[in-house]
Amino acid sequence: MVDTTQYLVLGAILFCLGVAGVFIRRNAIVIFMCIELMLNAVNLTFIAISRSLGSIDGQVFVFFIMTVAAAEAAVGLAIILSLYRRRQTINVDEVNLLKW
Amino acid sequence: MINYIWMVTLFPLIGVVLNGLAGVKFPRKVTGAIGSLAILGSFLTACLIFAEVLRLPAAQRTSEVVLFTWIACGSLLVNIGFLVDPLSLVMLLTVSGVSFIIHIYSMGYMAEDEGFRRYFTYLNLFVFFMLILVSANSFLLMFVGWEGVGLCSYLLIGFWYQRRAPADAGKKAFVVNRIGDYGFLLAMMLIFVTFKTLDFSTVFAAAPHTLESGGLAVTLITLLLFLGACGKSAQIPLYVWLPDAMEGPTPVSALIHAATMVTAGVYMVVRCSVLYSLAPLSMDVVAIIGCLTAIYAASIGLMQNDIKRVLAYSTISQLGYMFLACGVGAFSAGIFHLVTHAFFKALLFLGAGSVMHGMAGELDMRKMGALKSKMPWTYWTFLIGTLALAGIFPFAGFFSKDEILWDVLQKSTVLWAGGAIGAFMTAFYMFRAVFMTFHGESRVDEQVHVHESPRVMLIPLGVLALLSVAGGFIGLPLIEGGNRLKEFLVPVIALAGHGAAAQHGAHEAGFEAVMMVVSLGVALAGIALAWLMYIKNPAVPEKLSERLSGLYRLIYNKYFVDEACAAVIVEPVKNGSLFLWRACDNKVIDGAVNGSGAVMLRASRILQRVQTGMVQGYALGFVGGVIAVLYIVFAM
Repeated sequence: MVDTTQYLVLGAILFCLGVAGVFIRRNAIVIFMCIELMLNAVNLTFIAISRSLGSIDGQVFVFFIMTVAAAEAAVGLAIILSLYRRRQTINVDEVNLLKW
Repeated sequence: MINYIWMVTLFPLIGVVLNGLAGVKFPRKVTGAIGSLAILGSFLTACLIFAEVLRLPAAQRTSEVVLFTWIACGSLLVNIGFLVDPLSLVMLLTVSGVSFIIHIYSMGYMAEDEGFRRYFTYLNLFVFFMLILVSANSFLLMFVGWEGVGLCSYLLIGFWYQRRAPADAGKKAFVVNRIGDYGFLLAMMLIFVTFKTLDFSTVFAAAPHTLESGGLAVTLITLLLFLGACGKSAQIPLYVWLPDAMEGPTPVSALIHAATMVTAGVYMVVRCSVLYSLAPLSMDVVAIIGCLTAIYAASIGLMQNDIKRVLAYSTISQLGYMFLACGVGAFSAGIFHLVTHAFFKALLFLGAGSVMHGMAGELDMRKMGALKSKMPWTYWTFLIGTLALAGIFPFAGFFSKDEILWDVLQKSTVLWAGGAIGAFMTAFYMFRAVFMTFHGESRVDEQVHVHESPRVMLIPLGVLALLSVAGGFIGLPLIEGGNRLKEFLVPVIALAGHGAAAQHGAHEAGFEAVMMVVSLGVALAGIALAWLMYIKNPAVPEKLSERLSGLYRLIYNKYFVDEACAAVIVEPVKNGSLFLWRACDNKVIDGAVNGSGAVMLRASRILQRVQTGMVQGYALGFVGGVIAVLYIVFAM
């Protein structure tokens, strides 16, 4: 029997990995995957708490998050694709035109 | 028919709309015809109403026609309404009649002018506002007309705005009139505070109970109203704009700056005669200012060489007589002089215009002379006007001026003497003008081809000359107090202290006849002196001017009033404005606005470094912010 706390700790570790990835990596697709990782860490947390409380509210939220994540993946990948077509790079350090 | 009084004001408005908005392609004849017919419509309507009112018994001759509510706000209720009573009818008839004649004349005088359509539009607009002014039933609606005629006066003085002098003259007239209007406005507010209404009928009915006779409120109201009248009717000290107003077209000078608009102040004082009768102090002020203006302006007229300026100063002086009459309580005499003056002064101005027309625009009488044979029609009509203005029996001016002087004599011998001196000077300078222009040797420039004016200009002169001869007879009978005009005006005009004069008038009929001969003699003496100086011995004026050169220069330069005004009022205001512009506006206000902009710009130079364009930097800031918030919420 796995304790709820352990799920939560795993979720937190995954979330922090995601955040670290977003900060550290320069490849836009990898940053994107890290964001997905953060979303799924949150999903894990929702499911764990939902089970421990015996309510399905958390699971409903998870469905919403998955839907939004799918839509976001479509839009995000399209942006990255057109970025690559235009600039021949997906390194975020080189994409810094939007400033003063 | 009385209920159709609004039609009197409607006709000129139709003229304005047709000519002003739709008339771009009208030929000149159509434009002129529309303008003139519009005024004819007003005149005929006024005549019909007059005929109907005459048939009513004297007590029922006053009625109000309310069209609709204009302003309803709190306790203030102002209607668009007209007051039909003997006073407004006399004014309506005079204004629309003289205007019609001058419109006809203008069709000839302005025929060559490029602004023909603009001219007739303005002129019709003026008549519209003037008719509103004299037929309004409340102070506020009267004020609308009052401001409207001021506007039209400005537009028409500056009619030839391409030249500097007319444009400046228009501005001067407008600014000086504003001072008077300020007084009018304050008076109106005081009236509203005191009576809670602005309707003439209510105010005048309530005045004797509400106001303490000679009290502060009524004195203040009447003095402020008189300030307004001073501005519009060119009395000391606000007369300075009228001589300059001669820069406008001559028919405009005839209509606005002699016959109608400038008499608005007199009309207003007479309209408020109930209030004035309650304020003896104000009455004295009116009489004294009127008397001073009459002498003062006449003395300037003695020395002017510009024929229109002579007439302008004579207008100021005659307006002084009207106020003098009002000031001694002879309100109906004031109105009588207003009417006759409208006839003969319009005639004189149109005659001067005819001379100008024949002399290719020359106004300087030193370059005229011996025009009698070349312009016979103009000469004879001008002479009739001059005789009327000088007050020679049986011309119109004699009756009205004599009545004023007689009424003044009942009150004060000093004022009477002032009036008589003014009359003497009037006769002198008017005949000086006639002699210099039409008699003696010709001093006309040889290149100028002098010719008589076209018939469209001469017929109006003839009609006005006829009126100047016959106009006085509405004031018959001469002796024994009440004449026809006075009786007609009785329902409107307060009779404060005037009943006494009528009472012992019967005993003094002989004395009155003697005084009549005296005033006639005064005028004849003036004419004789002018004849001596300008026909018999033409060298006299020059010698005299050398001997009395100081006095001569003082009067010739109009007592240096314009220069004094410029130095005391205009220059300080101008310098003050320059100071405000350069120091306050440019430095303080602009400095504050530009300075705050500059500070923002500097500050943003520092802050803009945060915005690097690096997405991960933003993300770091975002996460850092979240952590900080969580820390504050949970740990503290």
